[in-house]
Order: sequence, then structure tokens, then C-alpha cells
Amino acid sequence: MPDGSMLQQQPVLDVQNLAVRFRRRGSEVRAVNGVSFSLARGETLTILGESGSGKSVSLKALLRLLPDYTETAGEVRLNGAEILSLPPAAFAKLRGGEISMIFQEPMSALDPVYTIGRQIAETIVQHEAVDRRTARARALELLERVKIPSAARRLENYPHEMSGGMRQRAMIALALACSPSVLLADEPTTALDVTVQIQILLLLRQLQQELGMAIVFVTHDVGAAAEISDRIAVMYAGRFVETGTAREIIRAPQHPYTKGLLASTVHGGLRGSKLEAIPGSPPSLVSLPPGCAFAPRCRYATDACVQDDVPVTTTPTGGMVRCLRASAVAKTQPQEVNA
Amino acid sequence: MSYGQNTSPASRERSRRESDEGEGDRVGTQHKNATERPDHPHPPLRGDLSRAAGEVYGRDPRDRGGPAQPLLLVENLRKHFPVRGGLLNRKVATVQAVDDVSFAIRKGETLGIVGESGCGKSTTARLLMRLIEPDAGATVFDGDMVGSRSGISVNAMRRQMQMVFQDSYSSLNPRMTMVDSISYAPRMHGIPRNQASERAEHLLEQVGLNPRTYARRYPHELSGGQRQRANIARALALEPRLVILDEAVSALDKSVEAQVLNLLADLKQQFNLTYLFISHDLNVVEYVADRVLVMYLGRVVETGPVEQIYRSPRHPYTRALFASKPTLDPDRRTTEMPLTGDPPNPINPPSGCRFRTRCAFAQAVCADATPDLSAPFGAPPTDGPAHLVACHLPEAQVAAGIGHA
Repeated sequence: MPDGSMLQQQPVLDVQNLAVRFRRRGSEVRAVNGVSFSLARGETLTILGESGSGKSVSLKALLRLLPDYTETAGEVRLNGAEILSLPPAAFAKLRGGEISMIFQEPMSALDPVYTIGRQIAETIVQHEAVDRRTARARALELLERVKIPSAARRLENYPHEMSGGMRQRAMIALALACSPSVLLADEPTTALDVTVQIQILLLLRQLQQELGMAIVFVTHDVGAAAEISDRIAVMYAGRFVETGTAREIIRAPQHPYTKGLLASTVHGGLRGSKLEAIPGSPPSLVSLPPGCAFAPRCRYATDACVQDDVPVTTTPTGGMVRCLRASAVAKTQPQEVNA
Repeated sequence: MSYGQNTSPASRERSRRESDEGEGDRVGTQHKNATERPDHPHPPLRGDLSRAAGEVYGRDPRDRGGPAQPLLLVENLRKHFPVRGGLLNRKVATVQAVDDVSFAIRKGETLGIVGESGCGKSTTARLLMRLIEPDAGATVFDGDMVGSRSGISVNAMRRQMQMVFQDSYSSLNPRMTMVDSISYAPRMHGIPRNQASERAEHLLEQVGLNPRTYARRYPHELSGGQRQRANIARALALEPRLVILDEAVSALDKSVEAQVLNLLADLKQQFNLTYLFISHDLNVVEYVADRVLVMYLGRVVETGPVEQIYRSPRHPYTRALFASKPTLDPDRRTTEMPLTGDPPNPINPPSGCRFRTRCAFAQAVCADATPDLSAPFGAPPTDGPAHLVACHLPEAQVAAGIGHA
């Protein structure tokens, strides 16, 4: 949990106006349109959004994992040093070292032809000048740290010999191999069963406490976000539409999209009542409408919403909301929305 | 993420049209037939698809046994898949995908099946539809034994029982337009082409897709939510009485999922449907189901009315499963791991109670004998649907410790 003193320290990761465009065959997809956030040591920020909102692309852009036809703009500072303009060779040293990433599908993120032990040891040798034996010992330590049973034997396993949850743990071990200060997690629990998902979430929380890394956690699942985040940023059509502490976002959402997303998150308490679905579907990133991208689906939208870019209103707790009608929306109780 | 796709002209066009999708919310009002023709809840097919035998009953001419008779009765359903390997491709192991599963679906209810991957819930659905041939077991559809000489044929059953799959794209033929896909089954069952197409367009309208815009579209020209609506329309084309929804909303975004769940609720009422709703999402099942079946490694471990299963689960597995559900409350986060490890491999599952290897209460008896489904320990007898649990140990059924969410 970050307190005031931590927030005043220099952020571990500071992202300003990150923008990502895919230009291909004459069309331009504006996937990320000015995302800014900063993270303190030991803090978890969750980027919550639906498919196509640009949440995964933002993460991949931070690690430069996007294809050649991508244009990335903005400023990314890792421990105070700008990294977006680094030459490729220098950037490769950071990737998997100071900043690393875990993915949704460990089977495709791990190399199927090498054992787990070898993959972890190789990462350590690449980034730190140590010999193979030391690296191997560190790999064993890491597998124990992520609570893989009989770790010594598991070092010799190939990815296909492990179960889904075990592979995800192995991938976390690999990502933590060089004690990164920032861990990027791209839907790491989405493909897992619910009993395994909670194990991985608890593990990440515990590892963060022990190692103090900052985590950017990307998910579409409000439940996972509530379990892991200190702060939540809700993303829509390539922009953050609302940020705040996990409590603020889940208890008192201000943006109509956040409200809609939470209202359409099904739970048993809603039995017998009609779900408040958001009508329509997200806009095309090829031809984003002017003004607020959510306006065409928004019940509060006015003419002003579609005129010009919507300014950001900051909240007293350091969050923000990108909505002209936020004050009107906030006053509306859910019951009134129903009527 | 589908940025690559978004660059294609088709998808650009698709997204432009996607604003139509919200029409799903108005399905209920668009459908006027129910009020115009009170004796026929929906326009009947003229190709003698409806069984005439039951005309004496007022409501649904196909209802044979009356409301007390279960619509579908499944007894001792079993499917073991051989695992072949080695030099001579011999059978080296068996996956006990579904083992001795029995349950009944009442007319008009929604039965939910929950469980983790590999628990046999999807195999059960496929066995019911006879997409896979069961090794053993009987299915009785409204009093008629399926596939027996004295009962009804598999084809006759399929007319009354249809299925919607998880992957909306792969379950549609990419080379057929929506109207062709939807009218295919009725045509195969002998309805003239133009009549079947007309009805398909009517169905598209009922699932919230404007037939003028969507009837001639191919699957790749629709968004995921729209495709799933079309799949639902296709499932309804034969006027089934039972619809099996196998993870039908799992692949959809939350906001679209809510739209489709609303649609399913509307259609259920309008067409007098019974649902078998299979999902790994415990929240969705709690929302839609009347009764729930909890499966673990091919067996039913607990069944009962949704309130009882969710409020006072008795099986240690059910309790652990619900305790694993994220809390949706940042102030009351999960702090203890309800279960460790992954579900075991269904190849050669543990003897006796299959959950015993992960169960905190397991004793010798759990390894020796398979527990039967029976009334939970200390439960008062009830008139309503029974709450049954497959666990030997009374102390495991009442212990607080785990599973207290």
C-alpha cells in the first residue's frame, strides 16, 4: 500500500502521453491516444478495459514488443531515465532486467524446446555477469519462491510437462529472474481456472511485498482488479477515462463507462433483475469520433461531449476523470439510472 | 486484441455498423406475436415439426407428460476416452471424462453446471446432444427414451434440443450468410427454402439483429456479440424446447455479455424455453440458474437449488470453489488460498472420492469408497428440489474454516 511519503518519492515508472499508431496499407489504427501514469515502488496499477481498449498494446509498447509498422510517441521514464528513445541494444538490456513482463498464455511465452531451468538461467546469464552454475542455483531459488512443489525436479521440466497454473508460476519466476523494479502483467490470470487464479493473485501480492517491485496489471476482470490493485485506471478507446484508488473506482465510479462496466459485471445479487448493459459496442480505432469516444453509447451525453476533446478533471485523491458530465453523473444514484 | 483485424476494410465497415447492436435491448418490445396470438406463443412451423401427439394439452402441443415430468432425465451417463500411444497405438490410459452422471432438468427451469476445466461439463453437453456417443447411460426426453425403439430417435430429440457453443466464430460456417446458417436445419428437416429463410429473418429480428442489415452478412462481418446472437437465432430455428448453452457468454466482453444475458432471459420467457447453462463463471451461473450442478473430474459432487448451493455449500470442493471467487471488494480481499495446486489430470483419477487428494478433511474411507449423492448431513427434509452432496464425512460438510466467503 502506498502512503503519502512513498508517492512523493521519485516514481519507478513514469509514462507521459504514450501514443501508439499502427500504420498499414493506407489505414491508421489509433490504438493508444495519450496515456499517462506514474508508479511508485511497491505499487500496483491495474489497467481495466475491454478487448480493443488498448490496454495490452500500452504494455507492449512500453517493452517495444510491437511490430515494425508501429509508431510510438510519448515519454517513458524508468527510475528517472528516459527509455523510449534508447537504441535497441541498450533497450534489450533493460527488457527482462529492470522491467519485465508476464503474459496471458504461458505456453506461447515460454520456449517449448528448452527446460524451465535452462530458460531462467539463460536470462540471468544474459543480464548479469555470472556463471551458469550460479545462475542455475538462482533459478532453483526462484522456483521455490513462486511455490512450485519439488522445484529441483521441475527445473528439468519442459513447459508442456507442466499444468497451466504451474506454467504461469514458472513464467513469473522467469520474469522475476533479475529482480525487476517494474513488472508488467498482461492478463496473467485470464486463462486460468478460478481456484488457480486466486493462487496466482495471492502469489503476486506476496512477491510484491517481498521484492518491492511496481506492477502494472492489465485485465478485463473487475474481480481480479479488486483483488490486486492499489489504483485502477479504466481504459476506453485508447485513453484512460478514469483513474483512482481501487476503492474509489469500485465503490464510487464517476465516469459513465466505469459505471456501466461495473453495472454489467454480473453477480448473484442481481438475480431476477434485468442487467444494465451498455448499449452498442466500442468504436473503431480507425475512425474515432471527435470528442468523447464513449459519447455514442452514453446516456448522459450532450452536444458538448462530441464537439471537442474532453478535458480531464482531477480529483482530490490524485485520480482523474475524463467526462464533461462527471458531476451530474456522480450525483445520479443507481436507482435513478434505472428509472 | 485484434488490431490487425481492424485494418481490414470489412472490419472497418463492421465497426461502423456496430452501433446497431444495442437494439438487442429492445427485443422484448419488437416481438409482438406473443400478444397477437395467445394460443401460439410463437408462429409454428408448418412442416409438421411439432409433435402432434400432445395437442390435447393447452399450452405447448409438444408437452407430453405435463409440468411434473422432467423435460430431460439423464441416468448414469458415462464416457471414457481411450488414450492411445506407444508402438502399436495401443490403449495406454483412459480419460474418465464423464462418470456416472445423473440429473433431471425440469420444464421451464435453468439448470447451471459449474466446474473447472476438465471436469466434464462440456463433454456432458455433447453427450446429451449425441455429438459424442456415450459409453453407457440413458437419456429420457419428456418421457421418451432417446434412441430406443419404443422412444424417440436421436434426430427427433435434436429437433427439440439445440446447443449454443462458446466460440461464436468457429460454430458458424464461414461461407454461409446468416440467413443461410439459420435456415439450414429447418431445410434439412423438410421446410421449403423460402419459408425457412423468411423465418430465419424473423428470428434475426428477435435476437436484436436487423435482418435488412445482417441477413446477407457472413460471420467475419459481425462482431463477437452479434455472432453469438446469430448462433442463438440458429439454435432457436427448430423451435427447441431445451437449449444447451455451453459457455455461450464466456468469450464476450462484460458489456456485451450483459446484453446477451438479457436477450437469453427475454427469449426464455417468450419461447417457453428450458436452459442447460454451462459455465465456469460462478457469478453468471448464480445470476441465471434456478438449480446448480457442481462437477469435479467427471462426477457430480453437489447439486441443489442455487440459493442453497451458493449460501450453504456442503461439499468441501464447492466451498473452496466459491471461496476462490474474487471478492469485488478491495476492502475484503481474499487472504488465504482456498485450494492449492491445479485440478488433477482426469487420466487415472484418484480412487473413491476424486477430490480427496486436495481435500483437507480426507480420511481412509474417502479412498476406499465412492460417495453417493445423498441429502447433506443434518439437513431438514424439504419439499422443494433436493440438495444433494457426494461426501462421506459429516464433519467435512459442516466445517467452517475454508469456503467461508
